[in-house]
Amino acid sequence: MQNFSYISLVLIIPIVVFAITGLFGKKFSAFSGILGTVGMLVAACLSYFAAYQYFIVGGRADGVYPTIIAFKQTWLQFSPNLSIDIGIMLDPISVMMLVVVTTVSLMVHFYSIGYLHGEERYATYYAFLSLFSFSMLGLVVATNIFQMYMFWELVGVSSFLLIGYYFEKPSAVAAAKKAFIVTRFADLGFLAGILVLSFYSESLDFQTIIHRMMDYNSPIFHNANTASFMGLSALTWALCLIFIGGAGKSAMFPLHIWLPDAMEGPTPVSALIHAATMVVAGVFLVARLFPVYSQVPIALDVVAYVGIFSAFFAAIIACTQTDIKRVLAFSTMSQIGYMMFSLGVAGGYWGEKGLGYSASMFHLFTHAMFKALLFLGAGAVIHYVHSNEMGDMGGLRKKMPITNIVFFIACLAISGVPPLSGFFSKEEILTAAFNHNKIIYAVGILTACLTAFYMFRLYFMIFWNKSSVSHHEGEGHHGEAPFTMKLPLIILGLATIVVGFIPFGKYISADGSILESEFHLNLAIIAVAAGLLGITIATAFYMKPSEMPAKISASIGSIYNSIHQKFFIDEIYLFVTKKIIFNLVSAPAAWFDKNIVDGMMNFISVVTENTSDGIKSFQSGKIADYVLWFFAGVILISLLIVFAF
Amino acid sequence: MSEIPMTYVLFVSFALFFIGAYGFLTRRNMITMLMAVELMLNAVNINFVAFNKYLFPEKGDGVFFTIFIITIAAAEAAVAIAIIINIYRKFKSIDSEDADTLKW
Repeated sequence: MQNFSYISLVLIIPIVVFAITGLFGKKFSAFSGILGTVGMLVAACLSYFAAYQYFIVGGRADGVYPTIIAFKQTWLQFSPNLSIDIGIMLDPISVMMLVVVTTVSLMVHFYSIGYLHGEERYATYYAFLSLFSFSMLGLVVATNIFQMYMFWELVGVSSFLLIGYYFEKPSAVAAAKKAFIVTRFADLGFLAGILVLSFYSESLDFQTIIHRMMDYNSPIFHNANTASFMGLSALTWALCLIFIGGAGKSAMFPLHIWLPDAMEGPTPVSALIHAATMVVAGVFLVARLFPVYSQVPIALDVVAYVGIFSAFFAAIIACTQTDIKRVLAFSTMSQIGYMMFSLGVAGGYWGEKGLGYSASMFHLFTHAMFKALLFLGAGAVIHYVHSNEMGDMGGLRKKMPITNIVFFIACLAISGVPPLSGFFSKEEILTAAFNHNKIIYAVGILTACLTAFYMFRLYFMIFWNKSSVSHHEGEGHHGEAPFTMKLPLIILGLATIVVGFIPFGKYISADGSILESEFHLNLAIIAVAAGLLGITIATAFYMKPSEMPAKISASIGSIYNSIHQKFFIDEIYLFVTKKIIFNLVSAPAAWFDKNIVDGMMNFISVVTENTSDGIKSFQSGKIADYVLWFFAGVILISLLIVFAF
Repeated sequence: MSEIPMTYVLFVSFALFFIGAYGFLTRRNMITMLMAVELMLNAVNINFVAFNKYLFPEKGDGVFFTIFIITIAAAEAAVAIAIIINIYRKFKSIDSEDADTLKW
């Protein structure tokens, strides 16, 4: 057993940086970016060292990687058995998440030095970024489900602050509010799930909950599994409610509506929060409680079907969007759908059945790299073109050669073309789906095809299509992005190429044992063929300016329109909230509040005012009056004493 | 020589007290009001001495109290005159009707 107590530094550094840049940032604005980046660099190095120490030096004990509690402090003691702790738990997935979060965060910190150069509230931006990094790191190492919940809300707040960073824009304010309210609404489910789960398992500690719920014969599991409410057991309800929280954070249908709007934030923020780290928190949550989920097939099915539906749904919408960040947002939603259904199809805990679990974590890891790369590349393009619309771009490959290359690599990776990282993880996911449920597998393949199509549509629209864009020439415009923006792109590009070769099953598997993922050639060929088909169609349509896409979209007019409008989900939400909830619930409640509750208070104040108005003339200030009243009182009392007693 | 009955003495103190009270209520000059207060205090003094003499001739409590009251009356007069001087400085008058700002 080694000493991992230095891991607490990984959390302490960002929060200290947050305090310094938040409080004193205005005085040395230019310095805050460097401070944040250096702090994150140290945290990243510590995480890499921890991963090395954990996986390579520490190795397995009894065939599984041990769960190490590096630090634990009771924070709130409710009863002898029930307490909220603050601590650091290291197990394969949390160590992996530490690496992912610190890496992407470091890249984004470094990239933002160039991207937000000259921004007025530069220091504030870095303060929020550090706050986010702290919260996300605290979330992944949580020992206790309540600690996770607290950090879960903290990442929500940081996301809110960063989406609303350009708060002069009304659309950014609206997007920030929407993101916060939708995820907060989902968190209500999460909280209810925590309460139900902890009520039955009599603990808030992850290890204890998992240990108790894994034992079929224990009375606790028996109680939770037999107590039934509306036909489902209490345990199923708890897990489904917790999944609602995860679905809200991870933008699963129908709680996805905040994610596309969240693109109002600065692009590096989208890369960090809305692509690589925060939105996978929901996947991480399900993975963290996976041993419990694996006991309840219904809950896993819910996860699987919501995941596959979201993946497919988002992929369809992504094909019609014209804002490059929105295409990437829907692609993120789609890829997270992959991770979710992959967890859902990991039907069991042991051995080969747990393939979905490993595949999901693998995809989380590779997706973080290539999606962060895509967003940062898109940021470089937006930085150059000053527009998010694909129509304003085209033919940029000569102007931005490096961005072009890394973007191309990332697009290949997300399309699942070997030997890039996305291929390996997606292939594992599809294999797991094939073993478990053929329908999910089929939709997964279809989605893979769509993914390749819309990603290459995006790529060609930005870098090819129109032979050359003339409207930026003659403005004395800078060409490629500055060095601080290029370096993260190159590093992430390299990461996208190599991380696929990590034998992930060896390190992360549901039961902790070595999972030798067999390579299924047939399945791989189908998956790759689907990807290539999508790429070919996109090439035919978008590499050169072509009439075809417009014709096709015109021929399916109304369907195309409804897809372009994201299936009117936003409108449905607006209808439900504005028309139904506001009119039927909020308006009467507001009336009651205004008239009855406020009325009572106003009545009391009016009575008091009138009474005091009436009696205030007693205070005339004239001594003679006071004396007269005084004598009258004395005489009255003496008469009372004489005659009444 | 027959003794003066107690009621005579009490009548004097009664008359003195209400003369004081009447003066306090009707006069508006603060010095006069202070004098009226002194009259009422002296009426009380007479009461104390009279009850002491007629009811408990062997004791001296009433007389002691009288001495206390005289002392306090002197102190009170000093304080009251100080207040009156301050009021005069503020209002340029010692008419109690003019000093009526201490109100709502």
